[in-house]
Amino acid sequence: MTNRELKLKSIFLRKQILKYIYGAKAGHTGGSLSCVDILNVLYNKVLNVDPTDFKNANRDRYIQSKGHCVEALFVTLADRGFFPESDLETLCQYRSHYIGHPTKKVNGVEQNTGALGHGLPICVGEAIAAKLDSKSHRVFTLLGDGELPEGSNWEAFLSAAHYKLENLYAILDYNKQQITGNTSEVMNTDSVREKLEAFGWAVKEIDGHNVEEIEAALNNGPLQSGKPNFIIAHTIKGKGVSYMEGNLKWHHGVPSPEQYELALSELTEAEALI
Amino acid sequence: MGIANQQVFSETLQELAETDRTIIAVTSDSRGSGKLGPFGAKYPNQIVEVGIAEQNLVGVAAGLASAGKKTFAVSPACFLSARALEQIKNDVCYSDNPVTLVGISSGVSYGALGTTHHSLHDFAALRAINNIIIVAPADNFETEQAVRLAAKTNKPIYMRYGKKAMPFLNENNTTFEFGKGRTVRQGDDLVIIATGETVYPACLAAKKLEDRHGLKATVVSMHTIKPLDIELLEDLAANGRPIVTVEEHMVNGGLGEACASYLFQKGFKNSFKIIGIPDEYTITGSQVEIFNHYGISQDGIYKTCFDLIND
Repeated sequence: MTNRELKLKSIFLRKQILKYIYGAKAGHTGGSLSCVDILNVLYNKVLNVDPTDFKNANRDRYIQSKGHCVEALFVTLADRGFFPESDLETLCQYRSHYIGHPTKKVNGVEQNTGALGHGLPICVGEAIAAKLDSKSHRVFTLLGDGELPEGSNWEAFLSAAHYKLENLYAILDYNKQQITGNTSEVMNTDSVREKLEAFGWAVKEIDGHNVEEIEAALNNGPLQSGKPNFIIAHTIKGKGVSYMEGNLKWHHGVPSPEQYELALSELTEAEALI
Repeated sequence: MGIANQQVFSETLQELAETDRTIIAVTSDSRGSGKLGPFGAKYPNQIVEVGIAEQNLVGVAAGLASAGKKTFAVSPACFLSARALEQIKNDVCYSDNPVTLVGISSGVSYGALGTTHHSLHDFAALRAINNIIIVAPADNFETEQAVRLAAKTNKPIYMRYGKKAMPFLNENNTTFEFGKGRTVRQGDDLVIIATGETVYPACLAAKKLEDRHGLKATVVSMHTIKPLDIELLEDLAANGRPIVTVEEHMVNGGLGEACASYLFQKGFKNSFKIIGIPDEYTITGSQVEIFNHYGISQDGIYKTCFDLIND
């Protein structure tokens, strides 16, 4: 896939996110739009995963710690052929497996997440197991900045560095907003780079909407030998829809018919510029 | 007299690890209290230390299990079942990662250290979570069997035991199955259903009832709290005998309430008494002293049984 195709895919996936949130009348719109470029690059350029053989023991692992942005994951998995896109028409409906957080009932989902601060410790276990077995697959998680205050993350930060898990990649969707307000005001986790470096991680900051930068950060080997990798992806909540960008109302806002049409037309305009 | 169930756990795990390199013990600065020092020395690649961080302990264990390791997460029962409850609920049970959670020094094994170090809530907390087997072995036989079976059972398991040497309850041990209670004494006059380290005083109480009054009690080691052996429970209740349950746990939400709930809904009207720790500020002391205080002793169980029969 060329970078142009990847960029077009990002626009497509944004439209898909909005389509299914609009249809379900529920979803985490802002966060899904902030992390979807990362998911696009992961599933189309980085992860060694096969929709027809997902349980292959040598697959790369991706565990979405910020489980509430499941819409971004679901549309990406559907696009990669993990399940028919029409399944998503049941999103959040009675007895659907396509619920508001990832579950293993859905092909392509590694772990049931949703409670915050859970993805990274599980990834540490997966990464230790891979090292013990001398396997070359890698382990990835996506963290939200709002979940950083969860103590379990910091327990896991310690252990990942202790075990020198250079096969582990934690990507921070750093949109700097959470449901109550700006993350720095709700609970200040600023200087996250310095914090993680002090914890023994190798850190790289990128533009989390730039597919080339995302791929370069994830596909060029460990950032530093013997250290786990922390990618700070600077993002914008609601990215791609002007009236949603940086507007907290869209944390889990659902667009009206007019807003939905406007969003689609903006994305179509952006598509034409690629 | 046998040895501490904790010691049996570590020796059995070490034996299993010799031939099964997928066995991993995860510890939270607990290899000393978990008797895993020799295990760690012999199999340094089969032990993962996470430091005093129980949430991470269980999360890491879930990841290891997901990657195909037979994972035993070993930590004091008080911290494991409370501090890491959300990780047990989500990362182990909900995600169905087959971790064996090993709660050491359970109940009031750390009696003198206070409520922070008591695990008298674990049955109740974990009974309310789907997809977990809860086991409290009574003696060395049950502990060894439970560890062997856990290594073969591809499901989430919580196992808890104490640190005191335990007597053997019955020399004629042949079978052990999760979810199947073990009858260690037979009698027609009443039934005592106990679990974990309270089975032994229950047996002593049964003997005293027989010696003093000729009353014969059936004593069952209900080592599996969940799934409960409802078939055995119905058999025990069938002829209307009084039933006494005994556990090293709060009366709230434990074995006794599980049995009572099942039997009541099935229409049984047996007289019934639950012996356990009452809902109050728990006293401190040695395990034996706390048992004596709350009637989880030979004399206490004897008296409760005798009073119930004569009620």
